[in-house]
Amino acid sequence: MKPIIQVKSISKRYRIRERLPYYSLRDEIVNTLRNPLKLVKRNNREFIWALKNVSFNAREGEVLGIIGPNGAGKSTLLKILSRITPPTKGEIRLRGRVASLLEVGTGVHPELTGRENIYLSGAILGMRRSEIKKKFDEIVDFSGVEKFIDTPVKHYSSGMQVRLGFSVAAHLEADILLVDEVLAVGDTEFQKKCLGKMDFARREGRTILFVSHNLLSVEKLCKKTILIDRGGIKAFSDTREVLAKYLDSKSIVNSRIVFPPSKGPGNAVVRLLKCSTKSVSGNLKTEFNLNEKIVLEMEILVFDSNVKITPSFHIKNNAGEYIFVSTDLTSEKGEDKKHKKGVYKKRCTIPENLLAPGTYLVGPSVTTISPKKIHFFQPDLILFKITERLTSEEQSSRGNYMGEFPGYIRPVLPWESNFVKSK
Amino acid sequence: MIREQEIIIKPRAKWYLLDFAELWRFRELLYIFTWRDIKVRYKQTLLGVAWVIFQPLVSTGVFTIFFGRLAKIPSNNLPYELFVFIGLVFWIFFSSTLTSAANSMIENVNIIKKVYFPREILPVSAIITGLVDLAIAFAVVLAITFYFGFRPSPLLLVIGPLSVLIASFAAIGLGSFLASLNVRYRDVRYVLPFLIQTMLFVTPVIYPLATVRDWLRTVLAFNPMTGVIESMRVMITGSGKLDLALLSFSFASSLFLLIFGLIYFRLTERMFADIA
Repeated sequence: MKPIIQVKSISKRYRIRERLPYYSLRDEIVNTLRNPLKLVKRNNREFIWALKNVSFNAREGEVLGIIGPNGAGKSTLLKILSRITPPTKGEIRLRGRVASLLEVGTGVHPELTGRENIYLSGAILGMRRSEIKKKFDEIVDFSGVEKFIDTPVKHYSSGMQVRLGFSVAAHLEADILLVDEVLAVGDTEFQKKCLGKMDFARREGRTILFVSHNLLSVEKLCKKTILIDRGGIKAFSDTREVLAKYLDSKSIVNSRIVFPPSKGPGNAVVRLLKCSTKSVSGNLKTEFNLNEKIVLEMEILVFDSNVKITPSFHIKNNAGEYIFVSTDLTSEKGEDKKHKKGVYKKRCTIPENLLAPGTYLVGPSVTTISPKKIHFFQPDLILFKITERLTSEEQSSRGNYMGEFPGYIRPVLPWESNFVKSK
Repeated sequence: MIREQEIIIKPRAKWYLLDFAELWRFRELLYIFTWRDIKVRYKQTLLGVAWVIFQPLVSTGVFTIFFGRLAKIPSNNLPYELFVFIGLVFWIFFSSTLTSAANSMIENVNIIKKVYFPREILPVSAIITGLVDLAIAFAVVLAITFYFGFRPSPLLLVIGPLSVLIASFAAIGLGSFLASLNVRYRDVRYVLPFLIQTMLFVTPVIYPLATVRDWLRTVLAFNPMTGVIESMRVMITGSGKLDLALLSFSFASSLFLLIFGLIYFRLTERMFADIA
């Protein structure tokens, strides 16, 4: 049988925008009048290849995970498959009805009621009216907003809006489902419901492409996984193998990253220059002993001294589970702080004997807490490892016990022992 | 579920005006976008449906005082109020659908960036929304015509739909072209009201075509709305002579606008998600 998804050497080229975030007709006319040759010269603009020569097939009923670092081309691939943007080269054949879920609640209109939005959102996602009608009760039930179904959505809480949006999407009947990170929203309870729904779709024999940062859910749902990096497929096999490769390969996640000053992630307010893990003495270091302090450091370049900003680090373990987030609390009350223009080093120290041995992913971020704005957030940008090589004099919470010692953290805690009475 | 359907994704846009099969497949979406726009508008505006009648009525009042009474512009032997009201209803249909078609891409940018559907649906749905308004306004036009003692010509049944078709073609064509420019150039949005205002004066809305010089009349004939408004006045009031040559000319120029607009739209459409 022919594969249901057939991707043949797909490439996608983007033009790097030199001047402005947008064009204006006025400028274009003025420039053309001033310099009519510019129209001819247009071709030497700078390009980047977001995807290069990507080929793979998926058979009916397969659930494929797509993982990779930020900017690797995962979302571009999904956008091409969804026909939102055309490829520059190559060809794709999709044999069946396609539904793409790149966002929860696409097209939901705040002025319309929940009921009206179910019809609107359903139609935008490609459902027929009769189909929506048939599943209407089910959708409402799944979303848990029955009480407010005739209230305009603008009065919903953001959680309710997400639930309504996802419920419509979850009832799509398609042969091929393209899903992008939609599970990253909503509360844990609802996320479980969504994963359950995807699992159900899988068991029904749907073909699913699932792009995610959440390695844990990829592992749960997908038998096979594609690893994409810098626009190309780096691995395509059994999920466990690919995940291991992804986490271990230092070419993908480094212990240190340095961006060219103008190309670092960020915006007109602040940019990330460097990110690394260091020892207390300030030397670059990737592997730490259980009883060593770990220094996380980011170097940022502040352009705008009027915007209050707060740096933070997001730490995940090698299964992609969040371990903790730490934000800069050096300012009073832990509020956003204005920074003079210039380069800053922001350091955060993880105490010794806190995290259990393993590999950890570090995601630096700078945000403004109120009004909320993310200036940059690079999940899983670098990694560090904690190992357990203790000499007998050093103390760890395992004491002299040598067997398996489970847990996310490995603190050394004070114990007391009081003699109460003799029998 | 359509199993046999095979989608082929390739780099180049194909060379046809409209993919009718694809549009037909998405007909329900066209309907739902139209339904959404009508619903939202009547929820947001205080006047709701009354706005459709209110706008041309107020303009008619103002124009009658200034152009009819003060400037004494001739009106083909019709009361100036009736003369300008008929013109305005069709002009407003054209200008408002043109505006919403031109803004349809950027107003739905969130959907465009996340879901595939034939993009032509958006400007076309803007025109259908306008048709609903036109139907309501047209009832008032007839009532006022009867009030002034005029009777529509029976030919209205043929020329009426034809004129509406001409106006719609022109609005879809020009609207799609502007919608596409609007995605790329952010200043189009601000030029648009000025463009429409200028077009009002090169369309015989407040003056009859007969009053302008011969050479200028030829120029104005290129504007499809010229034929539409001139013929509708004759048909609705049943007075005057239908200029079939002018109407044919308008039909031809609206067809040109439609084809040009749709080709331009088609050639640029696939890049919308990247540059919007």
